[in-house]
Amino acid sequence: MTGVPVSWFLTLSAVLFVLGVCGFLFRRNIITVFMSIELMLNAVNLTFITFSYQLKQVNGHLFAFFVMVVAAAEAAVGLAIILTVFKNRNTLNIDEVNSMKN
Amino acid sequence: MDVILFLVFAIIAVVCAINVVVQNHPISSAISLVGVMGSLAILYLLLGAEFIAAAQVIVYAGAIMVLFVFVIMLLNAGAETRKGRSLMVQAVGVPLAIALLGSLAFFVQRLYPRDMVHFGGFQGGSALAVGRALFTTYLLPFEITSILVLIAIVGAIVLARKELD
Amino acid sequence: MLDSFIVISLIKVFVVFAVLMTTLAYLQWVERKVIAHIQVRPGPYRVGPHGLLQPLADVIKLITKEDLVPPYVNKPLYLAAPFLAITMALLSISVIPFGPAIQVAGHRTLMQLTDLNIGVVFVLAVSSMGVYGIALAGWASNNKYALLGGLRSSAQMISYELPMSLAIAAPLLISNTLSLRELVERQSGSILSWNVLHGPFPQVISFIIFLIAAFAETNRVPFDLPEAENELVAGFHTEYSSMKFASFFMAEYANMITVSSMATLLFLGGWVAPWPAQYGSSLVPTLIFAIAGLVALYHGVNFSRKRDKYTLPAFGVIFLIIAAVFLLPMVQSWLLPLFWFCAKTGMILFAFMWVRGTLPRFRYDQLMSFTWKFLFPVAMLNLLVTGFLVAWTTK
Repeated sequence: MTGVPVSWFLTLSAVLFVLGVCGFLFRRNIITVFMSIELMLNAVNLTFITFSYQLKQVNGHLFAFFVMVVAAAEAAVGLAIILTVFKNRNTLNIDEVNSMKN
Repeated sequence: MDVILFLVFAIIAVVCAINVVVQNHPISSAISLVGVMGSLAILYLLLGAEFIAAAQVIVYAGAIMVLFVFVIMLLNAGAETRKGRSLMVQAVGVPLAIALLGSLAFFVQRLYPRDMVHFGGFQGGSALAVGRALFTTYLLPFEITSILVLIAIVGAIVLARKELD
Repeated sequence: MLDSFIVISLIKVFVVFAVLMTTLAYLQWVERKVIAHIQVRPGPYRVGPHGLLQPLADVIKLITKEDLVPPYVNKPLYLAAPFLAITMALLSISVIPFGPAIQVAGHRTLMQLTDLNIGVVFVLAVSSMGVYGIALAGWASNNKYALLGGLRSSAQMISYELPMSLAIAAPLLISNTLSLRELVERQSGSILSWNVLHGPFPQVISFIIFLIAAFAETNRVPFDLPEAENELVAGFHTEYSSMKFASFFMAEYANMITVSSMATLLFLGGWVAPWPAQYGSSLVPTLIFAIAGLVALYHGVNFSRKRDKYTLPAFGVIFLIIAAVFLLPMVQSWLLPLFWFCAKTGMILFAFMWVRGTLPRFRYDQLMSFTWKFLFPVAMLNLLVTGFLVAWTTK
C-alpha cells in the first residue's frame, strides 16, 4: 500500500473532534475548555483539507484559512474576556461563575 | 513511506490531544495542543497543503498558542482541583462520546473506502494557487474577515486595559 | 537514485552542522574582539594567538561546569526549553542556500540542505516557534525574574514579527517567489538588480525595517532588556547552567546568522557579485585577502607587541595562500559565490556587533510603543507603496 486511504484522515479528524468535545464538556477550568474548542477547530480544518485533496480543488484550503483567521480573532477576544472574569471573580473554575450577580 | 509518516504523526496528534483533555495543569494542556498543531501541520504537508501548513505553524502554533501560554502565565492558573467533577457525568458521557466517534468512523468508512492519498498527489496547494483564489473568488470573505479581525483587536484592547479611574 | 540522495543529504547535514558549530564559536570571538576594539582595549588576547583559542576554552569551561538542576523547577519544561530553542534555531538554517548548484564527485547537488518552495514562510514559521523556548524557560524556572524576563522577551519577539513579515513581503512582491533559491536567481546580474536597489521601488525602507526587527527578534542590543545583566539578573536563563545555558547562547547566535542570511538573500542578492564576472569581480576576493596578508606581514615586521613577531607573519602567509586559492579556476565556480554570500552576511553580522558596542538599550515600554506605533505603520505603508508601484509597472 503506497498511499494512505482518505478515510484514515477523516477518522483521525473525527477522533480529534470527539476528544475536543469531551474536553469541552468534562473540564472545569475555563482555559482548558477554550483549548478544547481550538482542538475541535483544528479537527475541522483537517477535514476541509482532506476533502480539498480528494476533490483536487484549492477551495478547501481557503476555508481552512478562514477558519484559522476567525479562530485567531475568537481566541483574542475570548482570552480578554477570561482575563476580565478572572479580575472580577478571582477564579478560573466555570462552576463558580454561574451567576450574573457579583 | 507515506503510511509510516501518517501513522507516526497521527499517533502523536492523538496522544497529545488526549493529553490536552486529561492534564491537570493548563500549561501542560497548552504545550500538548502545540504538539497537536505541529503534527497536523505535517499531515497537511502530506496532503499537499504547503501554504496552509506554514500558516498553521505561524498563526495557530506560533501566535494563538503563545497567547494562551501568556494568559496562563499571567494569571498563574494553578492545577485544577478535583472537587468540581462529577463521576456520573463522566460515566454516562464517555460511552456516548465513544458512540459518537464510532458512528462518525463507520459513516466515513462506508462513504470513502477506496481513494488514496499520496505525497505529491495534489499540486494545487501552493502559495500561488491559494493567493489567486483568495483574491479572486474569495475576495469578499477576505475583506470581511479583515474587518472581523479589526473588531477583535478593538474588543480585546477595550476589555483588557486598565481602568483609568 | 534514492540512496545517493540520502547519502548526499547526510553528508551535507554533517558539513553544515560542523561548519555552523565552529562559526558559532568563532562568532563569539569576533564579537568580543569587535566590542573590545570599539572600547579601545585588546579583547581576548592570551589564549592562543590573538585569543583564537578562547572559544575552545569557553567550550571546555561550559562543558565541565556543574550541571545544576534546581529542585524547585518544573522539570519537564525546564529540560525541554533549551532543546526547543536550539532545535528551532538550527532548523531555520536548513533552508538557507549558500551558493549555486555544484558538482561533487559526479553528482550534481545544491549548496543548500533542502530547497522548499515555501522557504521564506518556513523560516518565519520556525522563528515563531522559537518564542516557546524562551517563554517556557521563564515559566519553568519558577523564579520571578526569569518569568518576567521570559514574558517580556516573548512579547517583544511576537510584536516584532509583524513588521518583519511586512518588510519581507515587500521584496517578495518584486521577486514573485517564496523559494529562497529562486529569490537569489531572480536578483542575478549586478548590484542594480539586487532587491534593495531594484525595481519600481528600491527596498531600502524594507531593508532597514527588517534589520531593526531582526535586532529585536534575536534579543540583541538595543532590544536586549529581557536578558540584560543589570536589569533582571539574567532574565529568562537565570536558573540555567553549563550546557543548557550554552544552548541558549548558541540559539541566539544561530538566530543571528539566520536573520543575517535572510537579509542577504532577500535584499542584497545572495551570492551574486556586485558586478558581473567579466568585468573582474572574481579578482575582488583575491585582492582583499592579498591586502590583508600584506598588512599582516607589515605589522609582523614592525611589531608592537612581543608576541606578534611570530603570529602575524604566519597569518600573513595564510592570507596570501587563501588569496592564491581564489585564483584557481576549478574551485572558482563554488568558492566565489560562497565568498560573496559570506561577505555580505558577515557585513550584516558586523553591523550587529557594531550596534552592540555603540547603542544603549531601550526601556521596555519604549520598545513596545516603537513597534506598534511607528514600525508597524511604516512597514504597512511601505508594503502599500511597493504593491501599488509593482501593479502599476507590470503589464
